[in-house]
Amino acid sequence: MNDLSTNWNATPQAGVGRRLLTRLTGSGVWRSVFRHGWIRTNRDRALTIYSNVFLHIHPVKVRKSALPFRVTFCLGGLSLALFIVLTVTGILLMLYYHPSAPRAYEDMKDLEFVVSSGVFLRNLHRWSAHLMVITVFLHMLRVFFAGAYRPPREFNWVVGVMLLVLTLLLSFTGYLLPWDQLAYWAITVGTNMAGAVPWVGDEIRFLLLGGNTIGENTLIRFYVLHCVVLPLGIVVLMAVHFWRVRKDGGLARPL
Amino acid sequence: MPQRDFELVKSDDPVAVPKRVALVSRDVSLKVDVEPEEMVMSVPHLVLREAIAFELLVAFLAFYSLLVDAPLEQMANPLKTPNPAKAPWYFLGLQELLHYFPPIVAGVLVPALVVIALIVIPYFDVNVRRPRLWERRDRRALLTFGSVVLGSLVILAIFGVWPVVITSFLLSLVMIACLLYPSETGWWGRVCKLSLPSWIMIWFVACTVVLTLIGVYFRGPGWSWVWPWQ
Ligand code: HEM
Repeated sequence: MNDLSTNWNATPQAGVGRRLLTRLTGSGVWRSVFRHGWIRTNRDRALTIYSNVFLHIHPVKVRKSALPFRVTFCLGGLSLALFIVLTVTGILLMLYYHPSAPRAYEDMKDLEFVVSSGVFLRNLHRWSAHLMVITVFLHMLRVFFAGAYRPPREFNWVVGVMLLVLTLLLSFTGYLLPWDQLAYWAITVGTNMAGAVPWVGDEIRFLLLGGNTIGENTLIRFYVLHCVVLPLGIVVLMAVHFWRVRKDGGLARPL
Repeated sequence: MPQRDFELVKSDDPVAVPKRVALVSRDVSLKVDVEPEEMVMSVPHLVLREAIAFELLVAFLAFYSLLVDAPLEQMANPLKTPNPAKAPWYFLGLQELLHYFPPIVAGVLVPALVVIALIVIPYFDVNVRRPRLWERRDRRALLTFGSVVLGSLVILAIFGVWPVVITSFLLSLVMIACLLYPSETGWWGRVCKLSLPSWIMIWFVACTVVLTLIGVYFRGPGWSWVWPWQ
């Protein structure tokens, strides 16, 4: 790794930028945060991973054969990335949204006509949600055709199926929140299907809707599910999922 | 002798005994045909790729969101039922099935069976080696498989689920072509190498896609057939 470890120390001839960088990454404050200097050696590269709570989800080294795009098509990672985008845009949307009728719909109109970039924000959230359903499904197909669900990864596949179900439920509960005709009747169709469950169908539907038809009770229930319960659930399962990917020995080798 | 809490079964049938122990005596050297694999540092090789993928995704989302607006219709009105009322697109495959089957089949049985089928996959298909579809060309397997497919097609046809019937029929033709004109090379060779589990998954995905597309683009008032350009 000689190319990357050329002398980064501040020699008198070094440029201002490099001298500043060396001063910065050598300072006590920097070290208190990052525990290592500018990344020069393999030791720094390893420290970057395991002295960082977010990056230490990765091993310090990975198999070179697991890197090319065609191995995963980045689909699992993109699903996570979309979830992050959805969390950020979702929190911003929550600042403008009241889960009550007809206020919810008026808030949509405000996003369109009053809030700066409100439409853009809503678009980002909606299209990311649709895309996430697609990437999670494709990720499942990728794992299937790679045979990566075989022992010892059986359980992680099951966790994955739960993640797929949660992704669909998140998308479905979010669909009601704009409180327009599209939302209202799509959820009517969807929850009518739940009503077809034998014996307890009507009870399940009543529990979901907080009544016999969709109304304000439904809105608040779907809101709590969409913004609190389901995201918490999916975060917990994702933690298990990623941890298991590593514990099961990293990505499955090609068949 | 230490206590054993497992039992050794002697077998060379990988279906019956998927996890196996090899005993290597001292005078034989263990031969493994896996080379030690080349490793790279995660920083920068992996983390940089992830960062680039993330940037590209956000750029794509931003462009798309600038160009296409999320729909917003009139305020919800319980008294004004639109015709047709459609579920979100990822459930339109199920709603399309609702057109052919009673709600308990389309709304409960099918989704429940799909989730259960997905969950049990790794507990049924545990072998590393995947025999191609027609590898065991004994007549019994062929007959069983053929009659299962034919039987399901007949039942589906009775219910009039022609999107699934046609999709299944076309896929069966491809599978039969694999039997009649087998190949080892090229893209057709790759199709011929597909195992039965792969074919089942392909069939499931094909039916889901066809049903969903019909639900999204080809259904109008009263769930009647319309063309997208009508
Ligand atoms: C919210 C949804 C999900 C997220 C964020 C997610 C994320 C990931 C990531 C980042 C990986 C690493 C490799 C890769 O990117 O392919 C992975 C691997 C894996 N995922 Fe998922 N996943 C999700 C859903 C699923 C689903 C629906 C399944 C299957 C039903 C699944 C099964 C697996 C398995 C078995 C592996 C290990 C693959 C291997 O070893 O090659 N995941 N997942």
